[in-house]
Amino acid sequence: MLPIDPTKKLSFNRRIADGDLVIVYERYDTMKPIKVSEKGVLQNRFAPTPELWTLVLSHRTQILYIADISFVVMYLELVPGCVVLESGTGSGSLTTSLARAVAPTGHVHTFDFHEQRAASAREDFERTGLSSLVTVGVRDIQGEGFPDQLLGQADSVFLDLPQPWLAIPSAAKMLQQDGVLCSFSPCIEQVQKSCEALKLYFTDIRTFEVLLQTYEVREGNFGSWQDSDGASSFLKGCKKRQRNNLEASGTQTVIARRNGETRGHTGYLTFARLNCSM
Amino acid sequence: MSSKNSDETLSGNRNPRITWEGCSVLLDINDGDRVLFSRLNGGAKIKIGNKNCSLQPLIGCPFGSSFQVDVGEDGPFLSRVGPASEGNNLGEKMDCEVMEECRDNRALVDNNTAQTLTGEDIDEMRRKGVTGDEIVEALIANSATFDKKTAFSQEKYRIKKQKKYAPRILVRRPFARSICEAYFKKQGEKIGFLRVDTLSLLLSFANVTSHSDVLVLDMLDGLITGAVAERLGGMGYVCNTYCGMTPYPINIVRMFNFSNETCKKIVHASLSELQPSSRSENSTSIDQIEDDSDIGKVQNKEMSSPSTIDLVSNIESGKSIKAGDKAPLDAINSWKENGFSSLIIAAPDLDAWSIAKELVPLLSYSAPFVIYHQYLQPLATCMHNLQTEKMAISLQISESWLREYQVLPSRTHPHMQMSSSGGYLLTGIRITASEKSPA
Repeated sequence: MLPIDPTKKLSFNRRIADGDLVIVYERYDTMKPIKVSEKGVLQNRFAPTPELWTLVLSHRTQILYIADISFVVMYLELVPGCVVLESGTGSGSLTTSLARAVAPTGHVHTFDFHEQRAASAREDFERTGLSSLVTVGVRDIQGEGFPDQLLGQADSVFLDLPQPWLAIPSAAKMLQQDGVLCSFSPCIEQVQKSCEALKLYFTDIRTFEVLLQTYEVREGNFGSWQDSDGASSFLKGCKKRQRNNLEASGTQTVIARRNGETRGHTGYLTFARLNCSM
Repeated sequence: MSSKNSDETLSGNRNPRITWEGCSVLLDINDGDRVLFSRLNGGAKIKIGNKNCSLQPLIGCPFGSSFQVDVGEDGPFLSRVGPASEGNNLGEKMDCEVMEECRDNRALVDNNTAQTLTGEDIDEMRRKGVTGDEIVEALIANSATFDKKTAFSQEKYRIKKQKKYAPRILVRRPFARSICEAYFKKQGEKIGFLRVDTLSLLLSFANVTSHSDVLVLDMLDGLITGAVAERLGGMGYVCNTYCGMTPYPINIVRMFNFSNETCKKIVHASLSELQPSSRSENSTSIDQIEDDSDIGKVQNKEMSSPSTIDLVSNIESGKSIKAGDKAPLDAINSWKENGFSSLIIAAPDLDAWSIAKELVPLLSYSAPFVIYHQYLQPLATCMHNLQTEKMAISLQISESWLREYQVLPSRTHPHMQMSSSGGYLLTGIRITASEKSPA
């Protein structure tokens, strides 16, 4: 998925090869991941990106979507070479973007207490070619904290846990000075308790909600009022003639409006920076 | 570990979490009330209130350190203080008191008699060298109404006075995040009102990562270029393209502490250099773009004129490393042969479609592109045209919505003010034109 291997980089001459992972685009709302084999015949194949992967991955848990993911990567100040800790792994939607941000020299240590989920995530990272950048551990971070060997190593920590405040003291120990933590929680009560716990070790505590709105675009054809004929333009019978009339005289413009149905809430993102000791 | 941070190891063994002479820093004064960028040179100064302080004491401190203004024998100077403690007190105090708060503001009358200390008194105290914190305490002690306030408004009062009499300066590492936020807050027009959440979406949609070759048309004074270079970490290229003779200015790039490695990967090439030779003479559309770009050029001059803005103090110095050289020939040839791996367009004053028409074909097949605009309409038209011309797929216009919250015990709510427009993104994936899908 990432252009670490130069021979697999996108190029005009690059053809899809046996064993490649591609995303198949069927319609604007249907896509799926396919491992290419010799017999496959399909059009509209794409090289995967973390964004496409988020759209097609199998949901083992509720996942994070692009608006939250992008904001997290930006606010955690991730750049190539960073070490980032994540708990829980879930379906690996965010993990993929974290890996892209820290590649090729950084590392993502991600933990989930669910053994099977961790195993499935490992398989996915194998498939998407990220296994050298991501280590999946099975561990109850709320109960046990992050492992001691990562002490003071992390540039950033991301928590998506039911009781994040239990993991915050351990997260603070893992972070380098001035490192950034993010906690994602769907409920405001979780945010409230997390912020209380954060105050002990962190400064610059800020909570956000970020949502994505999409637009539909089409060509509109609006007739002038003067050319219309009162109620008759609504009558089915003469609609066709009427419309022909309008098309002749009307103005063609491209129009846009927000899509009708949208996600109204995903979760609150709380960011905090480790206090700088004197 | 940070010592592994590719960028820094390449430029020596410097710890990127500690300031050094000549580095660029973001100074956050009073918890975001004022933000400015500065370069820590010998003579660099900062003006706080009516006092000029040297930034010398900041050199060699860990990023994240706080400073306050103290007055010594040689005048005011910056001294380092521990993490602000007031905020923490607030939390603890609130815990026990907030539930049974019985005080309210029925007895408070706004007649300017509550404070018995006069302006002259305070000036006198300052002359005697009383510290800012002590002045704040004195103001509280001499306020007739302080005790009648709720715990929450007591804290508000304290913070307000502390900001005025004992300002805090926080040293931050400049990242795309903080640079974008600071500009958006103070000089939004300079970066086309691109909000930080929109910028982060843009970088994701464009799949920017190390080893990518990103083509950008950046008329936001280098914000996009810098943000992309930050994600490349010195591996891969960010190539700025332009029409005509002069590349667009990229002043903001100098605010990042980029290593020489990273700077070398920030390059520019004109449109005609990037286009396959057979195409450069044919279409009228290129001329059209050239015409349009005159507007851009006029603006170029405007933008590159030395800025005397609050945001950039001391950044102008010639000592900073140079980014934005001409793209090397072998890189150009490789892009001509293989195509770019992503494309980002941010040109507030040019027609989006006339640019997309020329630049999208320079992308590899299956590579993503993102076009930013602060207005919706130009993107809608562009999207419609890309659709009709069958140049791209997975086309979408999106807008990000961002709301910040105040989180305090029993007093959690969204901020009273929010930005209602952070700009729009048109995203898509380039497809091959030749093969038609079998029905």
